[in-house]
Amino acid sequence: MKFGIMVNEGPYQHQASDSAYLFAKTAIEKGHEVFRVFFYHDGVNNGTRLASPPQDDRNVTQRWSDLAKEHNIDLVVCVAAALRRGLLDENEAKRHGKSGDNIADGFRISGLGQLIEAGIQADRLVVFGD
Amino acid sequence: MSEEGVVKKFLYLNRKAPYGTVYALESLEVVLIAAAFDQDVSLAFVDDGVYQILKDKNTSGINMKDFSPTYNALGDYDITKLYVEKESLLERGLSEDDLMDIVYEDEDDDWAEKPSVRVVSRAEMAELMETQDVVFSF
Repeated sequence: MKFGIMVNEGPYQHQASDSAYLFAKTAIEKGHEVFRVFFYHDGVNNGTRLASPPQDDRNVTQRWSDLAKEHNIDLVVCVAAALRRGLLDENEAKRHGKSGDNIADGFRISGLGQLIEAGIQADRLVVFGD
Repeated sequence: MSEEGVVKKFLYLNRKAPYGTVYALESLEVVLIAAAFDQDVSLAFVDDGVYQILKDKNTSGINMKDFSPTYNALGDYDITKLYVEKESLLERGLSEDDLMDIVYEDEDDDWAEKPSVRVVSRAEMAELMETQDVVFSF
């Protein structure tokens, strides 16, 4: 089955991103396809490479980056939600005159159209949130 | 813009109060973008989500922009199905009279103004969800 995933909550504060990750990983192991994960609301904070969790804890952002690289998953962060919350790539940082960007490997910033497209293309779109 | 010819039933399920968290505002942003994709769109308001379309809101005391006029514009985006759960209204001491008069112009009926809001029972809401292809829960 072809899955799209939506993550609506930030890392560590809420289990949504952990559950989404475990769901995606397991679905792939079982032979399903996960072609896109869309991060919205505080979920965009899953995409910051500046997060530095303790060594003995899981690294939520790194886990997503690794999974995306290994299985060619499109990790999309909503641009409007990201800009509000200070998540920037190089282009957006330049456009808004900010001193640096913070998006992690494998993530990209794009529009809400990518979420709707995922809903159209997926057999199932699964929402993880509050 | 989307897959040619594919029309799915999209339901936007609004469960949270309009202020206090950003879910309602960011849900509305998705709905407006989605309108460009020519899908079959419905909105549902349940639990505290019913407060989103309460009439006569005043947000001046909390320094938040009142975004409720956007609900009145949904008809212009061909979004004409807004389902409100009756039990959620009753549990909060509200009735249909407390809701905004959101209307759309029916192009198949000489642009007659018709109400977009439909109050349905909890059981009918469950049936509505059952018929959908994609449910976004906010």
